Amino acid sequence: METHTGPKSVEEVKARLADHDYLADDGLATSVYLAISLRRPLFLEGEAGVGKTEVAKVLSRWLGAELIRLQCYEGIDANQAVYEWDYARQLLHLRTAEATGIADSTAASKLEAELYQPRFLIRRPLLEAIDRPDGRPAVLLIDEIDRADDEFEAFLLEALSDYTITIPELGTFTAKVPPLVVLTSNRTRDVHDALKRRCLYHWVEHPSFDREVEIVKLRAPGVSEPLARQVAAATEAMRGFGLYKPPGVAESIDWALSLAALGRDRIDEQSVAATLGTVLKYREDLERVNQHGIPDLVRNALLRGGAA
Amino acid sequence: MIEPAVAEFVDHGERLAVGFCRALRVAGLRVPPSDTIRYVEALGLVGAESRSSVYWAGRTTLVHRPEDIGLYDRIFASYWEQRAAESVSIEGTPQPIVLALDTDDEDVPEGDDETDPDGDIQPVRFSRAEILTEKDFADCTPEELAELTRLMSRLRFTTHHRRSRRMIPTKRRTDRPDLARTVRWALRHHGEPMRRAFLEQATRPRRLVMVLDVSGSMEAYARALIRFAHAAVVARSRVEVFALGTRLTRLTRQLSSRDPDEAMRTAMPKVRDWAGGTRLGQGIQEFNNEWGIRGMARGGIVVILSDGWDRGDPSLLGSELERLHRVTEELIWVNPLKATPGYAPLAAGMAAALPHLDRFVEGHSYASLEHLAALLADTSR
Repeated sequence: METHTGPKSVEEVKARLADHDYLADDGLATSVYLAISLRRPLFLEGEAGVGKTEVAKVLSRWLGAELIRLQCYEGIDANQAVYEWDYARQLLHLRTAEATGIADSTAASKLEAELYQPRFLIRRPLLEAIDRPDGRPAVLLIDEIDRADDEFEAFLLEALSDYTITIPELGTFTAKVPPLVVLTSNRTRDVHDALKRRCLYHWVEHPSFDREVEIVKLRAPGVSEPLARQVAAATEAMRGFGLYKPPGVAESIDWALSLAALGRDRIDEQSVAATLGTVLKYREDLERVNQHGIPDLVRNALLRGGAA
Repeated sequence: MIEPAVAEFVDHGERLAVGFCRALRVAGLRVPPSDTIRYVEALGLVGAESRSSVYWAGRTTLVHRPEDIGLYDRIFASYWEQRAAESVSIEGTPQPIVLALDTDDEDVPEGDDETDPDGDIQPVRFSRAEILTEKDFADCTPEELAELTRLMSRLRFTTHHRRSRRMIPTKRRTDRPDLARTVRWALRHHGEPMRRAFLEQATRPRRLVMVLDVSGSMEAYARALIRFAHAAVVARSRVEVFALGTRLTRLTRQLSSRDPDEAMRTAMPKVRDWAGGTRLGQGIQEFNNEWGIRGMARGGIVVILSDGWDRGDPSLLGSELERLHRVTEELIWVNPLKATPGYAPLAAGMAAALPHLDRFVEGHSYASLEHLAALLADTSR
């Protein structure tokens, strides 16, 4: 099994991730290598759109492990994260037992035992990740943990410390091989230290210019090299404008794709103005960029990116 | 379980790695032994041959917050690359800042009477306290201030709740059935669902964010107001505190100690530009970008405690407050000068701010802060 042996070096991690269309820098590759080798959860924090979630997806493809995603939101609790009994079906079962007269002849305790069987169990992501039918470890993505309540963190901490889940009616489930866990956070609030300390931590930054060009070329194959360079240059410039929401790599890719879809192989003022909505998501940011001047932006991007 | 690579490294580099962790600790980073062990383990895996592997092995195991990256980089440079060694000692020695309030605290003889409700001095103290609570902080003697700040720990910060998405069992009849409980009850009656159970939405406290102006013009009030902020942090959950001078500093962690003196001691050195200049607009902008708009202020109550004197661009303050107001439940400005007879919000910053505020209240005295605490607990809105 691939995950059992694991990668031999940071370089190998980089190469394998690149094979699967993800260009990681030294820092991220080291974190991933250590997360696999030390079997620790990997906590990725950073601006929206820098490719945190993508890491888990790529890991799943590379390692041939199933990706199990737990999207966090406010109010999420154990019922949505671990397991839940299918109460509607249980009630139906009770009604059937009653209607057919079985209920009268069956002891209450036996009736209860009938209700709490695996077939009435709804398995949620954490249980899925720990109790694998084929015994192969999964990649568990706990996405946007900062959106969940802090009570939920305490609960996760417990689940991630021994990879064991107990269902009172059924018994204890322990992962034979723990899943590879990736947690992401946009840092809308601080996640508790205790949880972070269980994990390896990596702050994901916007990529460097050259890396961003490579990423755009890789993720938007129809885009010409000069266009990719110009888009990366313009996005990089806009990150320095003090925008409310600076564009991430995801925006660069979208932008390059939109320009290519319009049949452009280099940027110009008109097409930039028409497609800026794929990059900027606030009215104020659009105004800010307009103040800086789109002609300037285009000229500098052509200079930096090398005009076609 | 120590792998061969680790064991090999242990001989050579463990001491160095542990020393590095100690240097980080001295510089103010929290490095528990478990992190040190993991760092050594990580170094064993990635090897210590290149700068990159030593650097990133530490970054991913020892640093848990982006704010600490700068500190880590400095210590890394001085420790592993023998550069800028002096920066370690500068960061390392916590500057002992003597606070007038704290030392006076210990000298005031009545200090112990506070826990003695039947003491003879009590009535006298009460009447004195009554006068004192109305007194402007700027006019108080250090002794009076000390007494007032002690009173602050008694302030009641009832929590302002909002609906959460979490569902909890209820006795009332709602339109959300609680099937789990219904099934359990049904089992008691041979599977006949005779009683139905229901759920309702839980509530949770709204986040309270205080942004405290610590610039020169606020000096007379800032020390009292920071005690107020501390009282709030200790009294209720989900409170965040920032100090705002020429730059923004998050004080929540430093103020979380229950002992007010201890909290002040750790918080004060964090506020580097204590009593320096203000750039309110930039400060609020930084708050919005780094914390507020990302989620901290969303649906919460934001309280800005400032006199509104701003050396920066007032239009920036206006537009940033407008932005902040769009995501908050309530935006409150507390201005100690408001109580001054004849006060009009003429300071350019204050004038720019007013259109975007839900409430504009005074904060010059204990009584006005008591009023503010009550306001924050008001759920009738």
